[in-house]
Amino acid sequence: MSAWTDMGGYGAFVWPAYGVTLLALSVAIAITLRAYRRAKDRLAKLEKT
Amino acid sequence: MAGMFALANPKRFMDASARFLPWLALAAGAALAAGLLLGFLAPPDYQQGTTVKIMFLHVPAAWTAMMAYGLLALASFFSLIWRHPLADVAAKTAAPLGALFTALGLITGSLWGRPMWGTYWVWDARLTSFLILLFLYLGYIALWSAIEDETRAARAAAILALVGAVNLPIIEFSVNWHTLHQGESILRADGPQIASVFLWPLGLTALGYTLLFLALWTVRIRTEILERRTRTLMLAEPQ
Repeated sequence: MSAWTDMGGYGAFVWPAYGVTLLALSVAIAITLRAYRRAKDRLAKLEKT
Repeated sequence: MAGMFALANPKRFMDASARFLPWLALAAGAALAAGLLLGFLAPPDYQQGTTVKIMFLHVPAAWTAMMAYGLLALASFFSLIWRHPLADVAAKTAAPLGALFTALGLITGSLWGRPMWGTYWVWDARLTSFLILLFLYLGYIALWSAIEDETRAARAAAILALVGAVNLPIIEFSVNWHTLHQGESILRADGPQIASVFLWPLGLTALGYTLLFLALWTVRIRTEILERRTRTLMLAEPQ
C-alpha cells in the first residue's frame, strides 16, 4: 500500500496531479448541470404563466 | 457542411442534441474510466518512473485546450461572416471550458516538470505560449462581460478570438524551438515514438477528454439557448 501511495518516490507530484484534475472536472460538470437545470426551470415557469 | 448548417438552427440543435447528448456523455465516461484504469496499471517508465502517469492527464488537457480554442475561433469566424446567433452562443460557451482545460494542462505540466526538469516553470516558448492561451481565454470571457449589448459583445469577442488564433500554431511548433519541453512524440510521420503500454491509456484519456469537452459544451450551448429564450419572453411581456 505504501508503494502505491509513494509512487516510486514521485507520489508528491502524481497524486496532486490526479487530485486537482478530478476535483476540477467534477466541479465543472456539477456547475454546468446546475446552470442547465436552473435555465430549464426558469423558462418552464415563464412559459406556464 | 450541410449538416452543420441544419444544426445551426437553435430549435434543431435542441432536438438533435437531446438525442445525442446521453450517448456522448456515456462514451466520455467509458473512455475516461478505461484510460485512467490502464494508466494506473501501466508500468513505470524506465527514465521517468511513475511520473509518466501525469502524461495521461497533461497531454489530453493540453490537447483539448487547443482544440477548444480552434473550435471557438471557427465559431467566431462563422459568427462574423454569417452573423448567426448560434455561432455566438457556441463560441461564448466554449471559452470557460477551454480556460479550465488550459489551467489543468498548466498545473499538471508543472507537477510533471518539477521532478523531471527540476523546475515547476520556465519562460520558454512552449510554456509561455501556452500561458498566453490561458490569458486569451480569460480576456475573451472578460470582453463578453464588459460589453452589455449582446451583438456588439459577440463581434468584439469574435475579433479577439480570431486574432488570438495565431497563438495556436505558435504553441504547436514551439516544441521545436529552444525549450525544455519534449518534442512531438505521437503524431509523427514515422509513427508514434511511445511504447504501446503508454499509448493506449493516453489515447483513451485523450478521447475521453475530447468527448467530455464536447458533452459539456453541448450542455452549455443548450443552457444559453434556454436563457436567451427566457430573456426574449421577459422582454415581450414585462411582468
